[in-house]
Order: sequence, then C-alpha cells, then structure tokens
Amino acid sequence: MTVRSRIPFYVAVFLLITAGLSVATWRHFEMGIPWMTGEQQPVWMVEARVDFQGYGESAQVNLHVPQQPPGFRILTEQAASPGYGFSILENNGSRRAEWTKREVTGPQTLYFKTQFVPDESIVQQPPKRPPQPQTVFWEEPQATAVRELLNQATERSSSPESLTRELITLMQPDNRTQNSTMLVSDENYLQILVRMLNHAGIAARTADALKLEDARRRQHLVPFIQIYDGERWLTFDPRTAEQGVPENLLLWRQGSESLLDVVGGDNSQVSFSMLRQTIPALQLAAREAASNGLSALSFYQLPIEEQSMFRMLLLLPIGALMVAFMRMVIGVRTSGTFMPVLIAVAFVQTTLVPGLIAFLSVVAIGLLLRGYLSSLNLLLVSRISALIILVIFITAGLSIVGYQMGFNTGMTVTFFPTVIIAWTIERMSILWEEEGPREVAVQGAGSLFVAICAYLAMSRPLAGHLTFNFPELHLVILGLILLMGQYTGYKLSELRRFTPMKAYD
Amino acid sequence: MDWISPRRLNRIGMLNMNRRNVDYIARYNDRSSYPLVDNKLKTKLAVGEYDVKTPKLLQVVRQQHEISHFREMAEDLSGFAIKPAKGSGGKGITVITGRDGDDFIKASGARIPVAMLERHLTNILAGLYSLAGTPDVAIVEDLVESSPALAKYSFQGVPDIRIIVFQGYPVMAMLRLATKASDGKANLHQGAVGVGLDLGTGRSLNAVQFNRPITLHPDTGLALENIQIESWENMLEMAARCYEATGLGYMGVDLVVDAHQGPLLLELNARPGLAIQMANGCGLMPRLKAIEGLKRPHFSPRERAQFAMKSFSRL
Repeated sequence: MTVRSRIPFYVAVFLLITAGLSVATWRHFEMGIPWMTGEQQPVWMVEARVDFQGYGESAQVNLHVPQQPPGFRILTEQAASPGYGFSILENNGSRRAEWTKREVTGPQTLYFKTQFVPDESIVQQPPKRPPQPQTVFWEEPQATAVRELLNQATERSSSPESLTRELITLMQPDNRTQNSTMLVSDENYLQILVRMLNHAGIAARTADALKLEDARRRQHLVPFIQIYDGERWLTFDPRTAEQGVPENLLLWRQGSESLLDVVGGDNSQVSFSMLRQTIPALQLAAREAASNGLSALSFYQLPIEEQSMFRMLLLLPIGALMVAFMRMVIGVRTSGTFMPVLIAVAFVQTTLVPGLIAFLSVVAIGLLLRGYLSSLNLLLVSRISALIILVIFITAGLSIVGYQMGFNTGMTVTFFPTVIIAWTIERMSILWEEEGPREVAVQGAGSLFVAICAYLAMSRPLAGHLTFNFPELHLVILGLILLMGQYTGYKLSELRRFTPMKAYD
Repeated sequence: MDWISPRRLNRIGMLNMNRRNVDYIARYNDRSSYPLVDNKLKTKLAVGEYDVKTPKLLQVVRQQHEISHFREMAEDLSGFAIKPAKGSGGKGITVITGRDGDDFIKASGARIPVAMLERHLTNILAGLYSLAGTPDVAIVEDLVESSPALAKYSFQGVPDIRIIVFQGYPVMAMLRLATKASDGKANLHQGAVGVGLDLGTGRSLNAVQFNRPITLHPDTGLALENIQIESWENMLEMAARCYEATGLGYMGVDLVVDAHQGPLLLELNARPGLAIQMANGCGLMPRLKAIEGLKRPHFSPRERAQFAMKSFSRL
C-alpha cells in the first residue's frame, strides 16, 4: 500500500526531458552538430601558390599564414611541395610556413592549402600589449604638407576612426590638393598613410586581405590599413575609406611582418586561388570537435567497429519507445515483450521485404518442427535447446538454398537472433496448443506490426543521426517511457473491447 | 468497426488495464505475497488457517521417491484431481472420476493405467507445467462434485464463481460456465460464459460470451437469467476472509460450490481480469472508489461482506 505523491516523479521526468533537450541544444550551438542529416556548410578552400626562381643554392621560403582571421575559422592546413622540408613556425603571435631544401635550381612552385569556415563568432583578439604609435620624422617640405593635411583632417573629425576616414578621403586622387600630391605617389601611398597616422598619435599598420570569390585563380592580396583604437585593431579600406571587414574578406596578414621571404631564390611571388566547397555540417563538427578536445564524450572517438555497434545499440531505445507506446496506449498484443524490437533491429540490417520473407519462413518451418518436439514431452530447457539447434539448421539451409537459387537475400536470414527466434517459435507453439491458431495469428500479426513500425522509425536516417550524435536525447526517450508507465487511461483497443458496454450506459 | 468513446467509458466507470495495473495491483498488492497465490499448495495452507475451506488435500508429492506412495494412497479412492502447484490456466490438471479394475477413468471417459499417472506426476515435479519451467510440487485433492443446481448450466467442467475482493471487501462477482468453445475450461477469453452476479442477492444479472451479451447458454441452451447462488452471504464472507490470509489488496477469488461440502476455495488470482465488468454490465471504478473513500474500514470479514451486500446490490 504505497501511496506516494507523484509530484517528485513528474519533476524528475521533467528534469530528465529538459536536461536531454538542453544538452542537445547546447551541443548543437556550441559544437555545430546539425539537427538534420545532410546539412551542408560552406567552406573556403584557399590555395597560396609561391613561385620563385632558384639559383642552385639552398633555399628557405617563408610565407606568412593566417592565424586568427576575424570571421573565419581554420579547418585544415596542408602544404604540397615535393622534395621540400616543411614546418609551421609560430613565434611572437605570427605564424609562418617554412619550406627548406638543400639545392634549388630553376622555377619552383610551392603550395599551401587552407580550409576556412565562415564563423561570425570569431572576432579579433585584442593584443596583449597595446601598441604605441611610432615616432615619425619628416623632412621639409614634406613636414609642412603633412601638418597641413593632418590639421585639415583633424578639423573635420572627432575620433581616431573619423580622422583616419577623413585622411583617406583627403588623399584620394580626385580630391588631392597641392599638399597631398606632393607627398603621395602610387607606390608609397600606404606607407605615407601609416606614417601620417602614427605621426598623429594613432598606432597604425598595414594588412593584406584576400577577396573570397568562388573559383578565382591568380588572385593577389589587397592591402588594407588598420589603426588601434585603444581596444582592438580597426580595419579600413585605404581606397574608399570604408571601415570594417566585409563578409567575404579574409585578412591573410595582419601586423607588420613581411608576407613572403625567400632566401636562395629570386623573382618570388605569391598568388592565390580559391574555391567555395560545401561539406556535410556533421563532418565539419566532428573534425572541429576532434581538434578542440570537446569530443571526449562523443562516440567518434571510438574505433569504427565499436562505432557501428553503438549506432545499432543507440537505436534500440526508439524501438523500446515504440513497443511501450503500442502496448500501453494502442493496446497491440505482441508475443514476447521486446521480441518486436529485436526483429526490427534485424530488419534494419536486412531491409524490410527480404527480412519479412526470411523471418516468416524460419518461424513457419520452426513451428512445423516444434510440433514434433511437443509430442516428445520434453522439459522446457531441453526443448528450447533443441529448438535453437533446429533454428540454426533452418537458417543455414535457407541461406544455402537461397544462394544456390541466386537469391542473395537468402543470406540475410543470418541477421536474425537465433535465440530470440527459438523463443518466438516456442511461445507461438505453446500459444497454438493452449489458445488455438486464432490467438497465434493475432499475436503474430501484432508482433510483426509493432516490429515494422519500430523498423520504420529506426531506419529513418534522421533517427540514426539524432541518436548517435545527440545521445543525450535518450534521456528524453527515457522520460517519455517513464511517463507512459504512469498512463492509466484507456487503450485504443479497449475502446473497442468495451463497446458492448454502450448498452448499460 | 464499432467504438465507444473514452468519456462514455468513464461515465460507466469501467476499470481499464493500465489503471488496474498502476492504481490497484501495483499499489495494493505486495510483491512478496505473490508466491502465496501463484502456488496452490501455499494458498491452501494459508487460507486454511482462516477457516476458508478448500478441497481436501489427499497427498503432496514433493520428491520423486514419494511417487511410490501414490499407488498406496490411491488404492481405495474413486475420484480425485492431480494438480501442479504452480500451474496456470488449468494446465496439467488431471481429474479422475472413477476406476475400472486397476485402471483409472478420467473426466473425459478415457481409461488410464496407474503407470501413466505416475509418469504424469514425474512430469509435474520436473516443472513441465509450471511457469518458466521451475521444479514444482504435485498435489492430489479430493474431487469437487459440483452442486447439481449449478452443474446443469455448464457444458462439462465445474462452474466456478469469481469474486473480486478489494481491501477485503467483495466488490463484484460472476459465475463462469464452461462451454464447448472453451473446451470445458472456465476461462472467459477462451470462450467460457460469464454471468454477472448481484452482490446483494447472488442472483444472475446478465451474461456474456466473447464479450457479447447472450441470454442462453450456447451449449446447454438454458436461460441464464434466473440463476440463484446458494449460501451467498457465506461465500462473500469466505472471499473477504482471503484478504486476511494473503494480504493482497486487489485479487480475484475463485470459489466452487460442492454438492456435499458447500462453497470451497479453488484458487486466488493476483491479477484478475476485467471481463467481469462486462458480465455485470457495470464498471468497477465507482465501487473501488467507494471502498477507498471509507473513513472507517470494517474489521471483520462478515461486516465487510454485509457492507458489500448492502452497498453494491443492484436488484
């Protein structure tokens, strides 16, 4: 007589379900695991190509490679350069790819490929030490021109950003005055701009960026200018004075390091080609998780064989949920509580129609043979044991006959769990003796119906995807099953069974 | 397809499977009491202490070597029944109604030599008829001779009376009559006829077979409207007493009326079926609720039986 309050139970179920859902949501947003299968994510594949002319000496090629470009995440990096030693050096917050070779003659080509994933959450990290503006000395008559221009720009501006914008505008060819024309020539425009900004007390530097457009080859880096506003570096387009990094702009080089250093060669140049790829979002998430250690709890860490086993195992709760629902809410009668789930698992491996044919033939032949066993009056354990051996014979026989006749589907019989089939035959046979063939038909059809429903649910690619990638969703299934265990309402079948009660209403 | 709406079922107060399992069996039946009802020998001994009569126990065969005593014991008996203690649904029950020289005669009229009976006992001991094949015990009981007033309604087999007892109060009763379709067994889902009984008087209400209302027995052709069970109050009190004996809050009590000894307990059931509601043409829920709502339960089985007769009478 245990009458307990059910509130703690419902609270626990609620907690289970919310925990499952919120962990799944968190992992979706944090690790980028997609909800749906087949979701694609764009990825930019950028290939830097370094060409130079070797002159028979040892060569060392040193290319600046991006570290944390704002708006992008680096997915993979790889170098293709036959015969060269390669490594990536990191020092002082700058990353450089270095190729080395003892003797280099003639034209050389080196490739460095990187995959970038657009990710707006990546923003520039503020520098550890705030940069100081450099001290700049000008000689007359440049000094006067600079002073004039800066005065003009300062008057029209209120902050370092606006000053920079105004200065860029003033230096454009269309609105050049005497002063600016004197200062600027095409080659030194950026250097002059950086020096002038530093002179005005604003830390400034140049950066190189790449405009990402699908399927472009032989692209070159476009220079940009960056100023430090006291918190982070701000990027300006030195041609239009536009502030900020557009969406498809990849900052390849930031800071004042050189882009390419070649020792032991000349005529060196860098060009870029790029391609917009799409890769499955799931693959992307798995690759990223592997690199950031968040994957410790994921099944992708396991060997492939175990992974495929877990794929199967994690589908079982869906079948269990289906059985619980069918039995407790719909009221389908099945033979053996979870036999339908195991049959459904076998169906997942055999596919439905061949599986059905194989299953029905094994059970039918088994029932015939069991008829003889029952006349022997054996005890339960030996009866079942004999049945197991018979089922193995039947399975082997069907496989061989099927194969000889050219049906590969005959082989699928082997996927059915022998012991379960033996028990099914035993139960069906007892049912036949005790309740007659009608009950066997009802329960057999019920079991198959539930098995097919469970199969349909489990064989959805989405089901496999969600259960394997969001194992926490099983908490939700658990909660639902617990809730169903408290369902005290009428089963659908009872609405039919109790129909004659209409007369007494 | 004909359906009844859940609202309508609620209004009638039909108890359904899920509610029976969760709200009554799981709540009021202690797991530890189950062996008491699943084992006929234990049931017999337990209810015996509470003055509930059962068919007389002639012999218990626990070990293989005890089978040799069976022949001596059966020497001068003409009728008895051999039952596996843990059998369910009437499996493995052999009823002997007479003798012909050294051979015995079964209820069906077949002759059977004593060696066959000994083999049958061996099978019972080995667990051929018990649930999950566990080793079992065979009991040999006196033959129940159904009172002719009731026996005439049944096609073969002994008619029995199922009473649902909730917390010691009889709440619903029905008479179960074997038919040709049920193969002489009194199981409703196998096709036996269920006749609802009025708790107040022991008179028949309506009858069903395969969940369909009927008015005549399909095999004997007798009208089922005016059956009157003898010593009704006595039977209800017996059923109520089984509550003290087992401690099961929600159970089915199966009784038979013997021509000589009056009502006897056949067996108890910890998971009684729901078809009794259809035989009675009314739901169990209002009665169960009434018992649950009792502020002061009655202590003696007699008071409980009288309370039930008064409260749940429909005639």
